[in-house]
Amino acid sequence: MRWLFVKDLQILRRSPFLVGLLVIYPIALALMIGFALSSPPGKPKVAFYSEVAPGTGRIRFGSQQINVSSYASQLFQSIEPIKVHSRAEAIAKVKDGQAQAALIVPSDIVSQIQSLVTTGVGSPTVELILNSRNPLERQLAQQAISSRLDQVEQAVSKQVLRIAITDLQQVLGGGTINFAGQNFRLLGLRVSRSIVEGATAAVPPSSPLRRALRSVVAFANLAIAGLGLASPVLGSIGTPLTVDQTQLAGRTTPTDAYAVAIAVIVSLMMLTLLLAAGMLALERSENAYSRLVRGLVTPGRLLWEKIALSAACAVAVALLMAAFVSLFVHLDWARFELWIVALAFGGLAFGALGVAIGGLAREVSAASLMALLLSLPVAFVALVPGSAVSGGVKTLLDVIAFMFPFRAALEAASNAFSGTAPGMLGPLLHLVALTVVFAALARLALRRFA
Amino acid sequence: MSTTAPAGDSVATLAARALTKRFGARAALQGISFELRSGEIVGVIGPNGAGKTTLLSILAGILAPTEGELTHSSQELGWVPQQPALYSKLSVVQNLRLFARLEKLGDPEAAVARMLSETALEDRADEEVGRLSAGNQQRVNIAIGLLCEPSVLLLDEPSASLDPRQRERLWEFVGGLAGRGTAVVFSTHNVAEVERYATRVLVLVDGELLFGGTPAELERAVGGDPLGLEAAFVRFLHEHGH
Repeated sequence: MRWLFVKDLQILRRSPFLVGLLVIYPIALALMIGFALSSPPGKPKVAFYSEVAPGTGRIRFGSQQINVSSYASQLFQSIEPIKVHSRAEAIAKVKDGQAQAALIVPSDIVSQIQSLVTTGVGSPTVELILNSRNPLERQLAQQAISSRLDQVEQAVSKQVLRIAITDLQQVLGGGTINFAGQNFRLLGLRVSRSIVEGATAAVPPSSPLRRALRSVVAFANLAIAGLGLASPVLGSIGTPLTVDQTQLAGRTTPTDAYAVAIAVIVSLMMLTLLLAAGMLALERSENAYSRLVRGLVTPGRLLWEKIALSAACAVAVALLMAAFVSLFVHLDWARFELWIVALAFGGLAFGALGVAIGGLAREVSAASLMALLLSLPVAFVALVPGSAVSGGVKTLLDVIAFMFPFRAALEAASNAFSGTAPGMLGPLLHLVALTVVFAALARLALRRFA
Repeated sequence: MSTTAPAGDSVATLAARALTKRFGARAALQGISFELRSGEIVGVIGPNGAGKTTLLSILAGILAPTEGELTHSSQELGWVPQQPALYSKLSVVQNLRLFARLEKLGDPEAAVARMLSETALEDRADEEVGRLSAGNQQRVNIAIGLLCEPSVLLLDEPSASLDPRQRERLWEFVGGLAGRGTAVVFSTHNVAEVERYATRVLVLVDGELLFGGTPAELERAVGGDPLGLEAAFVRFLHEHGH
């Protein structure tokens, strides 16, 4: 038994790269999960501009008032507000990426709420301006703001409702109200009805006054019944605020089109990596590499053949996949040639990464395993929205994502599928650079290949 | 030490001068020089780790020498590695066709047909190489090395995986090539094969060329008794401290 242990350890020692990867992989995954769970999700940076003049954010309702401004602090619990001094400045912050969204509160918000709760007419609206770059980040910012706005709305409406019901009870049952610093006794409809009923009994039956007093009692009965039913109706002022959303930077990538782009790029990546890594490692496993490079083919041409073939196969599959999905999700077929460009550049970059893996692993099984092990975290790291993690982790994830082709390929593909910003040039240049770097790494790895 | 082909032969088709190969601090070959002429069959023998495969790899152009010079005539070198260098999922004919095209032969199909005929593999032409016996795989391996009709054929332990009948057929085949002017260099641990088929023998020990001459000259070098080449080789190694 002991010698079997020794033998297996000696064999593992012969594959330091694979062993290293097998050790590092679970640690890296555990660290990523740990970071994700332990670090609080980052708050989306939101440019906040209120046109409401200081000290005027109060809604009067009967004898009481509500300070709307106090609810803004609740909103700030779930966002990182960047206070700005104009609407234009707020939009500029979103455009240049300093803020993921802008929330603009118009000057008439207080009067609109006041009008809505007192007369039932009014349309208090806040303006939410979102950046359209990354649909996942946009959705996260939108959700954070919307859910907090919902809470603010509920708090405001609950407060309004409480005041309204209290006042109604006083109208019905009477009580004391304070007005201009002085207390006044309010009779109440029920007491008024009793008084009128008592007075009616004292009036002679043939008196015309008696008929008039009975009309008053009948009105009081109707009013009591009607106001008793009015409390539930007040609950309809549950969502007094309307959010008016605007997207910046041209057209936005619809979330479902973005999801299609993710699915297509994941397929493209896995196919290309496995094919390129496996095909290159196969040349060595079959002992054919040394025969090939002794004058028949240069190592560089062999690498480009593997890169091009794996990319072509994977692009064909990815295009078929996108075409099929387009039956259910709208993709812009007018930009089909850009689909091919985006997928081809992505395929070449993944192919170069694949041959680098194949060159380092040197065996088909090890190369396939490494390609699989690498592809999942590469996709994971590139897909984590920056606002979902804390600042330090975001920087780390951005650096890692920059070193691999997934994020650039995804940006290019989502742009090609839906014709949205950012443009394709940046991601395509990034993919070209990564192709050259990984191909050079593969060429170095081939030095110990034969 | 350097050796040359017997005088009076034709021009050398391959010449190695002071070939040295180092892997880090370890010298795998040190100052190897020899010449090879058409029609010669040269056997390279030596203990394990002597540098036989390294020497053949340098002659084949797979490894670059650290020092020294290698010259050969313009015609191609044919190389047959120790392990079959074939695509196991392709058929015999697909393997031959692939390498014939990569060699940029004028008529690849004719070259493939010729090699199938010469190696008696016509009836196995469409079989996957991975399903062939080790002997037949080696025949395909040799056939690929001969596709370009090389003036020099390099064979690295060509008979290691063959049974006696297949070995016999291999050497008949190699003898026929030499008879048509192909120079052959082969490495082997089977000294009897060198005795039977080689016109010249090179003895490599620890990367040094200790002997170059005919098998009979090697026997004479250790006393001339009728020991046979294998016993003479062992005695030669003893005399040189191995």
